[in-house]
Amino acid sequence: MSATATWQRPARAIAADVRAGRLAPGDAAESGFDGPGARWEHDVHATLSTDAAARSRAAAKAPKEGRLAGVPVLLKDNLCTLDHPTTCGSRILGSWRSPYDATVVRRLREAGAVIVGKGNMDEFAMGSSTEFSAFGPTRNPFDLARVPGGSSGGPAAAVAYGLVPLALGSDTGGSVRQPAAFCGVLGLKPTYGRLSRYGLVAFGSSLDQVGIFARHVGDVAEAYVVLAGADPFDASMREGPAPDVSAWDAGVAGLRFGWPSNLWKDGVDEAIVDALERAAGALERAGATRVPFEFLPGAFSVATYYLLATAEASSNLARFDGVRYGHRAAADELSALYARTRGEGFGPEVRRRILLGTYALSAGYHDQFYAKAQRARTRIAREYAEAFARCDLLLMPTTPTPPFKLGEKTDDPLAMYLSDVFTIGANLAGIPGLSVPMGLASGLPVGVQLLGPADAEPVLLRAARALEAEGRVGDIPTGYEWEFTWPGKR
Amino acid sequence: MAWEAVIGLECHVQLKTRTKMFCGCPNRFGAEPNANVCPVCLGLPGALPRTNERALEYALRLGAALACEIAGESVFARKNYFYPDMPKNYQVSQYDRPLCVGGSLPIAVDGERHAVPLTRIHCEEDAGKSFHPERHGDRRLSRVDFNRAGVPLLELVTEPALRSPEACAAFLHALRRLVRWLGISDGDMEKGQLRCDANVSLRPAGATTLGTKTELKNLNTIKGVERGVAAEIERQRQLLAAGGRVTQATLLFDADRDRLAVMRSKEHAHDYRYFPEPDLPVLRASEARVAAVRAASPELPWAREARLRETFALPAYDAAVLTESRELSDYFEACVPSGHAKLASNWLMTEVLRVLKERDWSISDWSERVPAARFRGFLAKVAARELPGPVAKQVFSWLADEPGDAGALLERHGVKVASGEETLRPLVRAVIDEHPGPVAQVLAGEERTFGFLVGQVMKKSGGQAVPQEVQRLLREELAARARS
Repeated sequence: MSATATWQRPARAIAADVRAGRLAPGDAAESGFDGPGARWEHDVHATLSTDAAARSRAAAKAPKEGRLAGVPVLLKDNLCTLDHPTTCGSRILGSWRSPYDATVVRRLREAGAVIVGKGNMDEFAMGSSTEFSAFGPTRNPFDLARVPGGSSGGPAAAVAYGLVPLALGSDTGGSVRQPAAFCGVLGLKPTYGRLSRYGLVAFGSSLDQVGIFARHVGDVAEAYVVLAGADPFDASMREGPAPDVSAWDAGVAGLRFGWPSNLWKDGVDEAIVDALERAAGALERAGATRVPFEFLPGAFSVATYYLLATAEASSNLARFDGVRYGHRAAADELSALYARTRGEGFGPEVRRRILLGTYALSAGYHDQFYAKAQRARTRIAREYAEAFARCDLLLMPTTPTPPFKLGEKTDDPLAMYLSDVFTIGANLAGIPGLSVPMGLASGLPVGVQLLGPADAEPVLLRAARALEAEGRVGDIPTGYEWEFTWPGKR
Repeated sequence: MAWEAVIGLECHVQLKTRTKMFCGCPNRFGAEPNANVCPVCLGLPGALPRTNERALEYALRLGAALACEIAGESVFARKNYFYPDMPKNYQVSQYDRPLCVGGSLPIAVDGERHAVPLTRIHCEEDAGKSFHPERHGDRRLSRVDFNRAGVPLLELVTEPALRSPEACAAFLHALRRLVRWLGISDGDMEKGQLRCDANVSLRPAGATTLGTKTELKNLNTIKGVERGVAAEIERQRQLLAAGGRVTQATLLFDADRDRLAVMRSKEHAHDYRYFPEPDLPVLRASEARVAAVRAASPELPWAREARLRETFALPAYDAAVLTESRELSDYFEACVPSGHAKLASNWLMTEVLRVLKERDWSISDWSERVPAARFRGFLAKVAARELPGPVAKQVFSWLADEPGDAGALLERHGVKVASGEETLRPLVRAVIDEHPGPVAQVLAGEERTFGFLVGQVMKKSGGQAVPQEVQRLLREELAARARS
């Protein structure tokens, strides 16, 4: 492996070298931005802000003993940082700089990680393709004509093309798992309340979780150890210590995985069905048992999710009004100030969801929409609980299709919403989900999803590791090498 | 037609916790604008609230004092509306599951006692403060101070059970006394620590249905509440008497002009789009905790007021004044010499309260210098007639600034108290000898002249004689003269 490929190595290997004094803390971070890295970034547009000076300052300060010593990390741009702007992919925040670091960011720094910049995203995390970024879309490194997924498309693409071995996103309805599947990397949405949301700009507060992107199962576990656990600044966290994921390589012998094949009878791409079969086979070979059953939590979960998430968003995004920070439109009276600032500052998808959510909470509609969705959510959570009485984890699709083309769904919000059908259940139920890459099909990444009951992160990582051991995860995917002319080049 | 006013109050009490409701910023009145702010109370992106345990404790104290039903689980909710002094454009409040339900606050109106039933008490956060357009060159600017944003508030809502402006004033007065008594708020209306809105409607006397109500805001003093409600009752009465109808509206009371102005009509009523605050867990108050708070509840002001009337046989007025604050009534009870409650009450209400006012002291400032035991010693001497009036006043004037009991103080200042027959009898005899005319008049039954003779003896004693003693001796000597 050449010296310029430092960043391609697992986060744990980089940290071990830094701890042993074989590597300077800033080296891995810099190597991603040199030479070919810049060309990749030029075409993919995974980042919104990177700052060499901030990187070297961060590297100089990074503790060399930490678990993530010298590991470069890209953050989705809705995580508040002192040393970079935080835009949420929106114009409304203008040139706002956070006066504080998000708790997860602080923990990364304390573990020695070097924050290299901020990743592109759908505006306020609303979208499934990163096309709703106010700063231009991110493209899929495997096919530049296709989307990287979203809303955390930037961080997912950056891990895929190799800028960083580790990135953080946020997952409100699949925004980590879906881009992970589209970009051929691992994407973990932890149990609700295991990673602090303090400093994560809220979209749907009861659904949002910070998530982890990596190319290696062991790196996901390492990041989870650093990030998970109580934070007095987030009152919605789960009580008790976070689950111990140190046994991520313990194998799957004796585990039962649910096989709800009714979910992919219709409307799921063949390549994904094939990936599911391959994953199931690999798990069985490693000693796990397939438990087939019917599972239908999806019937009304999309409607439930889009009522609750938009209702919370309509309230969460009310603070962006031009009064205290961010963009302010010229106006000579208050209601015009509000209307113009928000009209100019928010993009079409955000405006649409604020309107939906406002409507769902309005007098006369509250019971019919918001309250009913809350009851549906309780029922969905119960259905997942019942499924997990029969198995230790569920194997199911992350997405119904491989990455779609840019512009394919932007004019059809409903089609875009429906593509979240497999991921939103985990957010509604507050359970962990992990998207695992299963290689390429017709040159495009395919992923499968593992879901478990609350605090089942160790089980999900063990299963993902079993798939990785089959040679499907962790390798740079086919055709994906540093010095190469990649197939995605238009 | 005779009309009956039906009034319900919504009161806001600012809690005097050290820090704000949902963050660690100081909860302090009077700091530089925007000095006590952080990402949480400024509503910055990504910031999250965390509940102030002390605020919950204070809320429980009030709920226990008012005999409310206290919910083991209550829920914070977001009240959504846009206003520049609301950092998040929603207020974290409570809606369909408040902390306290029911309960009542005893008040007295014209000597009659009522218990005003309460609907609920809930916890919420205060907003910042807007300063409305000021000219800056050719621009008009509004400014906002967020120091108050996030200060813990309790909202207390009464049933529509009040019937007069005086009852409203009595209610606020009783509430202010209670929150101070419990140590949960300073209740200063001028500082906005206690605020009040009133819902007012009229109905034909004897009716049981409610009329259309209006909401009065901006009632910033107890007097303002009384006058604003009176003005609104009169406005509605005239309107109804003329055959008109009251329309639902929110009115602002202008205390300077004693006038009401419409702020918004019903068509412009807000839709607050309440929903449970997802950033905060259910607010839990365990049965054990609630029981502990109830058990620790102090004797409440109205109970103590009744006890002062009954046990100490004080007039209602005295009992009310002495229970205005818990410290004052504690001090009173600690300084009463056995059997002389009225004497102690008089000294406290007239002399001690005067000193507090003159020196701008609290009762604790006073009791630091004059501990209750010391004051009781003083009062005991007064009660035993060992200190004649003018001497007692003199001793009192030294108490706050000098150490020592009455005897030591008199000695230090070289004042001798003329008491005892040996000292007084010669003075009495001298006065009788010097004033044969008045003596003759008294002996002839002119009682008024007796006072003159007493005065002459007091004068001779330099004001240091005990008047009752002088009277007794004078009667004896005059009787002797009459026999001789």
